[in-house]
Amino acid sequence: MTTEKPRPRAPSVHPAHLHEPYTSSVKRAPHELLMPLPHTLADETGPVFGTDRIRPDDGDTTRNGRVNGEPLGERILVRGRLLDSAGRPVRGALIETWQANAAGRYIHKRDQHDAPLDPNFTGTARMLTDEHGEYQLVSIRPGAYPWRNHHNAWRPAHIHFSVFGVNFTQRLVTQMYFPGDPLLAYDPIYGGIPDEKGRRRLISRFDLDLTQPEWALGYRFDLVLGGDAQTPWEEAH
Amino acid sequence: MPLSPETSNIPAEVFGPSPSQTVGPYFHQGLVFGQGLVHGEENVMVSPTSPAAGERIVWRGRVLDGDGEPVPDALVEVWQADAAGRYRHPADPEHARADPHFRGFGRSDTRHPGHTFVFQTIKPGAVVRPGQPTLAPHLQVWVGMRGLLTHTVTRVFFGDEDNSADPVFASLPAERRNTLVARREETPGGVVYHLDLRMQGEGETVFFDV
Repeated sequence: MTTEKPRPRAPSVHPAHLHEPYTSSVKRAPHELLMPLPHTLADETGPVFGTDRIRPDDGDTTRNGRVNGEPLGERILVRGRLLDSAGRPVRGALIETWQANAAGRYIHKRDQHDAPLDPNFTGTARMLTDEHGEYQLVSIRPGAYPWRNHHNAWRPAHIHFSVFGVNFTQRLVTQMYFPGDPLLAYDPIYGGIPDEKGRRRLISRFDLDLTQPEWALGYRFDLVLGGDAQTPWEEAH
Repeated sequence: MPLSPETSNIPAEVFGPSPSQTVGPYFHQGLVFGQGLVHGEENVMVSPTSPAAGERIVWRGRVLDGDGEPVPDALVEVWQADAAGRYRHPADPEHARADPHFRGFGRSDTRHPGHTFVFQTIKPGAVVRPGQPTLAPHLQVWVGMRGLLTHTVTRVFFGDEDNSADPVFASLPAERRNTLVARREETPGGVVYHLDLRMQGEGETVFFDV
């Protein structure tokens, strides 16, 4: 096979690796152009996770970290669909989430933010999408927190999402934001997304119909995976 | 299936892929439990007593930044075929015969001694399918960390194999191919393959556009 020349990454909504306002990117972003990848079985396949690894309450951070009471904060219900780039539901996909507590503190030894930890909250959850590609997360709205990227830097409230999809090319780690958050305008991580439409896709939508009386506020957060749109489970055999 | 602006954050007028974001510094909190063979040790893809077929190997390395300093908070994931070159995934026509004792997925952070990542796995077999180029034994690798808004993807090949006919390996400029080749070492504890990932600068690892 002849040697192909490097080419720039195909234009897309994904942030560039080097985004100077996000100072950690400066020493960690690749300098060389990404190489085209001739797709093989290695890329058309990917890890498959079964229900054997999911336990009751894994998708509910208000229950799965309890020690001696309920976690503090505003209860939220996040529901959404996982779709491929053709708009088809992605079924049986593992979604993992992690987040700060209501005070903006992660339960992590490297988080030194002077905000209280919540003994009944770890902020982690796992879900599998159902036959409609839908998932549901029950959680606590995370607080904003300071970081040291620049003077007076605060991260907007967010929940980290990790999604596997059906093959290696669909692997995605992203963040869900909340509508109307004034910190979004100042955040270099959110702002690293080059396309305005792309940025909008990461802002969840408040949904009064999903909101449960006397219990939790409802947000919609759909996810669309790029990569190879092929969904092997739907192929005729 | 058009998504409605009434109920979706991705209505038809902005439909498209959800953008990538960094894993941040605290991914250890949410991405560490339950998927590995050993609870809480996702990097143990086969345990010493597992009946999985194949040669036990360890892949160990560091993620180095532009100053050559090891990154202490990187996340590395591996996806690979079993010892016979089969993937446990329906897109592989051979998947029904894949090793039921080997999932093929692992993840490690770089909090092991020396800021290394460590994978205890088996050496994958070559992937041989009729009508397709044979793939040399390799690991498919995903790398994320604080500072990377979009993850990177690379591959690891093995220094004791002939990789020259592999379609991905052969597509690379000759002078950069060695950034993907792990060095085999026989130790009293078993076979260890060494390969660091360099994010930028001299000897920068080849990363792929997927």
